[in-house]
Amino acid sequence: MPRTEFSPSIRSRPVYPGLESQGATPALMLADAEGAEALIDLAARDASVLDQAHVIYIPGVDGARLRALGARMYHEAPSYAACLERYRKALADAHMGTQLYLAGTEGLIGQALAEALAAGLPADAIQTEHRGSVARRMQCVHCKGITENVTTDPFVCTHCGLNLFVRDHYSRRLGAFQGVCVDAETPGQIPPAQEITP
Amino acid sequence: MTSQMLRVTAVTPLSPLVTRFRFQHPDGAVLPLFSGGAHVVVEMPDAGILRRNAYSLISDPLDGSGYEIAVRRQDQGRGGSRFMHTQVQAGDMLRIGAPVNLFALDLRARKHVLIAGGIGITPFLAQVRQLTRLQLPFELHYCARSRSEAAGLHLLPDLPQIQIHISDEGNRLEPGAVLSRQPLGTHVYICGPEGLIDGVLDAAGRVGWPRGALHAEAFLAPPPGAPFNVRLAKSGVTLTVGPHQSLLEALEQAQIDAPWLCRGGACGQCETTVLSCRGRIEHHDHWLSDAEKSAQTKIMPCVSRFTGEELILDR
Repeated sequence: MPRTEFSPSIRSRPVYPGLESQGATPALMLADAEGAEALIDLAARDASVLDQAHVIYIPGVDGARLRALGARMYHEAPSYAACLERYRKALADAHMGTQLYLAGTEGLIGQALAEALAAGLPADAIQTEHRGSVARRMQCVHCKGITENVTTDPFVCTHCGLNLFVRDHYSRRLGAFQGVCVDAETPGQIPPAQEITP
Repeated sequence: MTSQMLRVTAVTPLSPLVTRFRFQHPDGAVLPLFSGGAHVVVEMPDAGILRRNAYSLISDPLDGSGYEIAVRRQDQGRGGSRFMHTQVQAGDMLRIGAPVNLFALDLRARKHVLIAGGIGITPFLAQVRQLTRLQLPFELHYCARSRSEAAGLHLLPDLPQIQIHISDEGNRLEPGAVLSRQPLGTHVYICGPEGLIDGVLDAAGRVGWPRGALHAEAFLAPPPGAPFNVRLAKSGVTLTVGPHQSLLEALEQAQIDAPWLCRGGACGQCETTVLSCRGRIEHHDHWLSDAEKSAQTKIMPCVSRFTGEELILDR
């Protein structure tokens, strides 16, 4: 699956320009599902990028090909939550000059980006590439609950049960898009759910 | 208030080439406070020429009782520093501009690494005071050719995070080693000769530092050069810029209004549109991009010169 091209939207909507090798500097790489292919393509363009790389992969597809690339450190975790302590430790131990490569779904990229910025990593040391599912991580503006893997618009908040309209308005702090009640003015009149597209 | 007349209250030699000047308000009024890295422009009426040179403030940013600058005598220079060293005495009145900061600390940084070469220590003398007051993590690397030339030595506090690199003593700065052990969120500030700045920026690039965490201030004085003519379309006059004069100074001498701020090719304030250029603009600024420079459609009159047949500016 190639890099996802999103249609132009408001400035708030994150864009993911794609991974570009910064050479054999210390690197932290975090990917989920099809994001593995972005790292494999990156290494195909410049194998030295893995010389000092710590790769964390949250599988969706088999990680064997990614593991076989021979990064300095390779770790698989079942979920972002499961690898969060390892990721935080890697950020805490990192020095200036470390590059962060994030690849995969928007939910993973957004949360990992917020974590890295909070750890002090400069934004211009972080690269992102979207691959795979275009499901969104949504925050309900009413109850503040987060619903993961939202694929339709509108959708039902998993916390308060409101029908929420999927906006492109995005919080970098939360790594989530904003969901706003779709039938506040006309309770019960809910437009038919449509598949979210790039 | 953009400038005011201040009294020179102390002239103190710091090294054979560097002298400190202190300015205070003649009525003892408190001067505007500033932030570390700020400079003031000193006006020097020198035998019919009004020189304006920018100098970093080296005194405590939160002390409004006076401003202090350190001036290195440049005998090959255009005369500003020589004027300060030979003509200015305690008791004199000089016109001093309000502080402007084009080299401020980025206070979002987790840690600040300051790298000074020679007289480039000046902005850091004020920044070290600011950083120690704010209790922010920092380190200062001060490079000088010899201990006697290191004018800032006596003005720095005795702190372990201040390291002195003296070429004579064989403990030269290794930028790569300093830069590769900094925690995330560190910003680097470099002030000194072009060679030091390039060396540190090169090393930073090699160890993967992003450009946004690097700050540099070159000590840029308008370079002398061959005299040239310039036509000013709006004012309808043609000027000759002398060999030791900048284009900006020639404009000022002819009473032509030209904005300026840093007078060192850094701030962009004096950017002027070139209407016609038959020849080559000698760009010396850090403001215009390489593409803009080669297009020859803009010029920074504070530092840049011209050789060729005709230069027409939109002034």
